[in-house]
Amino acid sequence: MMQEQATAKGTAIDAKIPEGPLAEKWTNYKNHQKLVNPANKRRLDIIVVGTGLAGASAAASLAEMGFNVLNFCYQDSPRRAHSIAAQGGINAAKNYPNDGDSVYRLFYDTIKGGDYRAREANVYRLAEVSNSIIDQCVAQGVPFARDYGGLLDNRSFGGAQVSRTFYARGQTGQQLLLGAYSALSRQIGRGAVKLYARHEMLDVVIIDGRARGIIARNLVTGRIERFFAHAVVVGSGGYGNAFFLSTNAMGSNGSAAIQMYKKGAYFANPCYAQIHPTCIPVHGDYQSKLTLMSESLRNDGRIWVPKKKEDAEAIRAGKLKPTAIKEEDRDYYLERRYPAFGNLVPRDVASRAAKERCDAGFGVGSTGLAVYLDFADAIARLGEDVVRARYGNLFQMYEKIVDDNPYKTPMMIYPAIHYTMGGIWVDYELQTSVKGLFCIGEANFSDHGANRLGASALMQGLADGYFVLPYTIQNYLADQIQVPRMSIDLPEFEEAEKAVNDKIDKIMSIRGNRSVDSIHRELGLVMWDFVGMARDKEGLRQAVEKIKDIRKEFWANVYVPGKPDSLNVELEKALRLADFIEIGGLMARDALQREESCGGHFRIEYQTEDGEALRDDNHFSFASCWKYTGEDSEPEMLKEMLDYEFIKRQQRNYKA
Amino acid sequence: MEKTINITLKVWRQAGPKAPGRFETYKLDNISVDASFLEMIDILNEKLVGEHNEPIAFDHDCREGICGMCSLYINGHPHGPDTEITTCQLHMRKFSDGETITIEPWRSAGFPVIKDLMVDRGAYDKIIQAGGFISINTGGVPDGNALPIPKPHADEAMDAAACIGCGACAAACKNGSAMLFVAAKVSQLALLPQGQIERKARAKAMIAKMEELGFGNCTNTGACEAECPKAVSISHIARLNREFLSAKFAD
Amino acid sequence: MWLINSPVGRKFVMGITGAALVLFLLFHSMMNVVVLFSEEAYNAVCAFLGANWYAVVATMGLTALVGIHFLYAVILTFQNRRARGKDKYAVTTRQEGVEWSSKNMFILGLVICCFLVLHLYQFWAKMQFVELTHLGDVEKAADGAYWINFYFRQPLYAITYIVLLAGLWFHLTHGIWSAMQSFGLSNKTWLPRWKSISNIVSTIIIALFMAVPIVYLIKSLIG
Repeated sequence: MMQEQATAKGTAIDAKIPEGPLAEKWTNYKNHQKLVNPANKRRLDIIVVGTGLAGASAAASLAEMGFNVLNFCYQDSPRRAHSIAAQGGINAAKNYPNDGDSVYRLFYDTIKGGDYRAREANVYRLAEVSNSIIDQCVAQGVPFARDYGGLLDNRSFGGAQVSRTFYARGQTGQQLLLGAYSALSRQIGRGAVKLYARHEMLDVVIIDGRARGIIARNLVTGRIERFFAHAVVVGSGGYGNAFFLSTNAMGSNGSAAIQMYKKGAYFANPCYAQIHPTCIPVHGDYQSKLTLMSESLRNDGRIWVPKKKEDAEAIRAGKLKPTAIKEEDRDYYLERRYPAFGNLVPRDVASRAAKERCDAGFGVGSTGLAVYLDFADAIARLGEDVVRARYGNLFQMYEKIVDDNPYKTPMMIYPAIHYTMGGIWVDYELQTSVKGLFCIGEANFSDHGANRLGASALMQGLADGYFVLPYTIQNYLADQIQVPRMSIDLPEFEEAEKAVNDKIDKIMSIRGNRSVDSIHRELGLVMWDFVGMARDKEGLRQAVEKIKDIRKEFWANVYVPGKPDSLNVELEKALRLADFIEIGGLMARDALQREESCGGHFRIEYQTEDGEALRDDNHFSFASCWKYTGEDSEPEMLKEMLDYEFIKRQQRNYKA
Repeated sequence: MEKTINITLKVWRQAGPKAPGRFETYKLDNISVDASFLEMIDILNEKLVGEHNEPIAFDHDCREGICGMCSLYINGHPHGPDTEITTCQLHMRKFSDGETITIEPWRSAGFPVIKDLMVDRGAYDKIIQAGGFISINTGGVPDGNALPIPKPHADEAMDAAACIGCGACAAACKNGSAMLFVAAKVSQLALLPQGQIERKARAKAMIAKMEELGFGNCTNTGACEAECPKAVSISHIARLNREFLSAKFAD
Repeated sequence: MWLINSPVGRKFVMGITGAALVLFLLFHSMMNVVVLFSEEAYNAVCAFLGANWYAVVATMGLTALVGIHFLYAVILTFQNRRARGKDKYAVTTRQEGVEWSSKNMFILGLVICCFLVLHLYQFWAKMQFVELTHLGDVEKAADGAYWINFYFRQPLYAITYIVLLAGLWFHLTHGIWSAMQSFGLSNKTWLPRWKSISNIVSTIIIALFMAVPIVYLIKSLIG
């Protein structure tokens, strides 16, 4: 098989990790990196794609330093980026609660939570700058929760033994994003950032081996526009929408990532996708997206399914109510399987356990793809008022969507795609394998390994944007101060624009009989069934073939109405879907080559006797980096070996 | 066992900003009451694409009530007849079988129509750019706990900061005023010690920008608060007035 | 000038002039009820407010207040209609918790203007105006009680006054708390309080005003 050939090869890649002890690497790097002086900064242009936590914070910080920044987002305003939907909180090693937290502990928990598949040096740096993020956000006026003494409050999150999560009600992502957005707005007002809202990046322009600009489509006029910059930074988020149904926003896409990949940037660890256990289940084939219910609910809710199959069947048929099932006929399967952690096992473990029960025929809800999250015990123990105070907004949200009162009947939940740890490969400087092309936030692969801990996504996005990229990009730009602004009439720009136009014309001219969404749903089902929570060799091989068929179907039979040179939502979706199909193929190939189970990647063949993930550090302690080799040839896989110099790898255990 | 309804939709269609608009009528049968309002429009669009017609353009993104991108003025209400939710959280069970549902774009001089139900809310960004921030650069800020903030102030600031910038306030206002939006930001920052330094300048700059962009005068009807998906209170407008007046009297 | 150029400034002017007029109405209504107890006492008040310099100055002040209030109302309404945009909503509904009066202040204001014209013609033109210009029946110019008897014993006028006063009541119930809101003298606690105070004060003013035509109407009916 061709994909096996691809895995057989593999050349080592250099991540440019600075020398020295772990705790001194970042300081050493900063002390010795090259800088750009203020007069030269004015002469340098930087494109930032995306206005989420990473993009907005990077664009604002770079503009404050004096660079000229061009900032792009597909939404109507930078404030709408999907970082806004993060609920729980943001981690930092402040140790305000005096419970023994430290930079090292945050680093260690993150590495362990990622199932030892992240780069030590990057994660340590992340933990190191985490405290500055909190200070920065407070200074911006982010209204974090406070205790009665007026100081910052913390809550606990999964995967840690300390309270290190800062939060703003259930809207932490919103408040942090609005903080970054306010900083960005200030720079836009000053004229230091030029904002291009409702613009979607469709290609990066490479001149003499360096990223020198992008091609973007103005989504309102449909015009294809060219933009030059000395460096290009992409913070375009994750690619979870390859599954069609996910907790991502409708517009979240992997197109910028695929364009970078096609221009030579490696796509790393595409198979690491996080499936969040507590989402509202699918309720109909018209469904457009899935809604997450915060991880915090598992503090007081108990997860169960009926013990007897006939009860489950009766519930699915609507003949039996869950409250009618006697205590002894309920299977609290997480408490049964993981007595030590119970309902608070990590996300990947909880998700797989739910799928196992439903596949075995014990699922509830009309589709049989749901389990109960029951608060009856918590209400009996604490009273409804306390439960309302803790989770009231989540219960209200659930009731609005499902039209069922979770105080009276147990909530129904099911796992859903939530976050992608994989992404564009970057080195320690957040530079991709293409010079001058940087990638930040969820779009890159760097810090979470094979599984992300709760409240770490916000931390990583802001770390990259405020405190890492603004330094590391200077190391690159210091050599570029002699490079004058280039004309967008150069042949490279012309070619890139032509390629984009050709692609659009091709899609418009197919005029087949399938809508974009119908093909996307088909892709989503293949992804969910074969590249979802439990994967195996046979299924993944099938998936690779099925995705090829979907690709053919798309390019032969899609129908896009309207004109390309005007606002055309179907065309936008078609362009994104074309790239999701590519990503789907990469995910399946990557999952196929990784013959081990780790974090969000679970291969049925590789599990312990009790059904737990079985890692293979001897053979798979690397980041798989996929290199584009052409439209119709198989991608090539390179390896960045992960050397654990400072901590010892262990098998994760949540039973005792 | 799934309950479904048949509905008639009157939808505003407008090809472009300058083009004249009109209502089109569509019939949809067997819509599940569990579908969200936007999923219902997805179904209609899927049908339109199937008939090789152009689908209805409308703004939406996160579909969980926080990004503020969805708009739609449904049966006389921004974000539809339910309370404290955005359009994406509205479900078809709020409508009855045989009902005619009228869907219009936000209408306000400050929000010109781009196409169909999509409007340009860039004016809100411009108002924030005029002063909705604290002028600090990245780095060199004091420790997060250096400034204790009384919990009631922090909580009230959070109430204001919950604004999602969707534009329902101006869309609901008979005066096309953006006061609730401006007030939410001014109030949030006026309540926090970090916001004190630029307090006066901020209120003046943001009010001036709002005026310049063609939004109307607040006449305290309270329609904004009633339609706000995040229930931002008009008491923040009072604070904005106080901030502005004290800044002007101090001059 | 920010009192003209800024939305908050314009609302401040509306509020200040409105609040001053409320105080005048409160005084006027209390003065009126005197007639129910003693027509002589009432006429003494009328004489006091006749062609004296302070009464004339006050009248001019009132005219200015009404003029500014009216002028700003026109400006605000014009600007607000423009801010609404060219296309109007096809469906409009009233939101829960939103007073009818708050959305119809300009219409109510016009009603009050009509009322004012009628009232000035019937009373002020026959009293202070005559005293100042000596055009008309000078003898009856200080005899307010006569004019009250004359008009309010006619059911048409009495009922017209009662109806128009109801319009004024609606205007005041919104106007008073709205002024406080525009001055920024409101917050979460005071907003509901101001609304209550608004209702109480307007009801007192209007009840006092209405008492006069009602009593005289009844008097005329029972002969």
